[in-house]
Amino acid sequence: MNRLGVNLRVVAALGRRSVRQTFRRPQLFAPILVFPTLLLAIQTGGAGGAIELEGFPQVNGFLDFMLAGAMVQACLLAGNSGGIALAVDLEMGFTDRLFAAPISRFAIVAGRLAGTAALGAVTAVWFIAIGLIFGATIEGGVAGAILVLALVALSAMAFGGIGAAVALYAGRASVVQGLFPLVFVILFLSDAFFPANLMLEPAGTIAEYNPLSLIVDGIRELVVGGLDAGAVAEALAAIALIGGLSIALSAVALRRRLRLGA
Amino acid sequence: MTGRVEVAERRFSLRGDMATVGLLVRRATNEILRVPGAAIPGVLAPTIFFLGLTAVFGGLTQLPGFTADEYQSFIIPISLLQGAGFTGAATGVNLARDIEQGWFDRLLVSPAPRPVLLAGMVASASLRSLIPATFLLVVGFAVGVSWPGIGGLLLAYFFVMGTGALAACWGSVIALKFKTQGAAPLMQAGMFVLILTTTAYAPLELLQGWLADIARINPVTQIVEAIRQGFTTGTITWGETWPGLVAMLALLIVLGGLALRGMNKTAE
Repeated sequence: MNRLGVNLRVVAALGRRSVRQTFRRPQLFAPILVFPTLLLAIQTGGAGGAIELEGFPQVNGFLDFMLAGAMVQACLLAGNSGGIALAVDLEMGFTDRLFAAPISRFAIVAGRLAGTAALGAVTAVWFIAIGLIFGATIEGGVAGAILVLALVALSAMAFGGIGAAVALYAGRASVVQGLFPLVFVILFLSDAFFPANLMLEPAGTIAEYNPLSLIVDGIRELVVGGLDAGAVAEALAAIALIGGLSIALSAVALRRRLRLGA
Repeated sequence: MTGRVEVAERRFSLRGDMATVGLLVRRATNEILRVPGAAIPGVLAPTIFFLGLTAVFGGLTQLPGFTADEYQSFIIPISLLQGAGFTGAATGVNLARDIEQGWFDRLLVSPAPRPVLLAGMVASASLRSLIPATFLLVVGFAVGVSWPGIGGLLLAYFFVMGTGALAACWGSVIALKFKTQGAAPLMQAGMFVLILTTTAYAPLELLQGWLADIARINPVTQIVEAIRQGFTTGTITWGETWPGLVAMLALLIVLGGLALRGMNKTAE
């Protein structure tokens, strides 16, 4: 088998391990699915009247509007959980054993990111199912749902890169865990939960320039509006920006770890 | 003569029990002093939620029938209770850690009665919940939360301490059942659901679907409304306060009873 084939097998094996690990540990699994689902249910019931506000976009219901926010929230938390799991592997010495194996070091990180992307896809399926069960409509149809799945999986991978970079740099799960509140700061300063034009200032202005809003808008448009190539392209550009940056940071942190041996 | 000895023994026993509670509270305080970072999530998370929810959902006050002019004054009781909930749940996580490390077994074989051990943990959570509450109130007043008056402030602190105790009981129930720190999300999620399935985001009349039904029967709604009256109207009335007191007492009896049952079962 050629080198690429070996590395792809490593990525697939580590990705599978990462998904299994998440489902076996409630402390990794709960933030990805349980908390965003609870928040989605509570915010839909609590702030659902907002669709009557002047300036609120035309939607079938508040749940339709909120689905994209819940998916992106789950992606961010999946990235954070992936980082925590990687840091735990570093603390336990599992990653050191992988470093000693005759495989590409980047395949080790890529395996973790592949697992995070798979978890992102699982959350997308979960939220689409919840939305459909509770009366939301995916205006983009089946093609729109597939695009939502792809955007969410890619977003999870991009955010996973940030978690991986911090894990590789710090090597301690508690440090990556410390990013958890930051996830909500980024979310609240985007239009994940409410239209930016109706948010209080300065949060509304920040939300308009936050790249996360572009990702949310791309997914949301497929749910509430239909197939919109422009919105999807903008979302992909934002994902590429965040993903490129996070993967570059991961590579730097990995090289530093290998150089220093710690 | 026998009667006098019994009274003296009871006094000695009460003093001993109070000393045990005091020592357990001191141990929890030591944890804050030695690991200050441990208190940060309990302070930071509700503050971020308070500022974030105000910025995001502040426009809801424009809805007809909304009962407050500023959203920050409306939402602050939820953040105060969330802070207490996080702090109380942390007590459950600490108990699970003590069970895993065997320290709790040593407590159980001591002559201290089980209710006293539980009281020590609950009292420490109650006191610790004042830290996030005070921080939140300082931030809240800085961003325009209305002054609730001295009575309103004291009432808010009282309910915060009660909620810290409630969360500690809930955390202890879970810790004693699962005996692992891995059950931490369940401790946090339980309080999260209990506090947010109330009139957290909007008044009861504006809640939709199932949440309106749940909020109507959730006893924590009464606690939220009892705290909220001071921040939104500036006045405290007995009519708005007593349902909160009853709800708090009932929840403490139920969850405290379950925690005590868990302790007795652990000892068997």
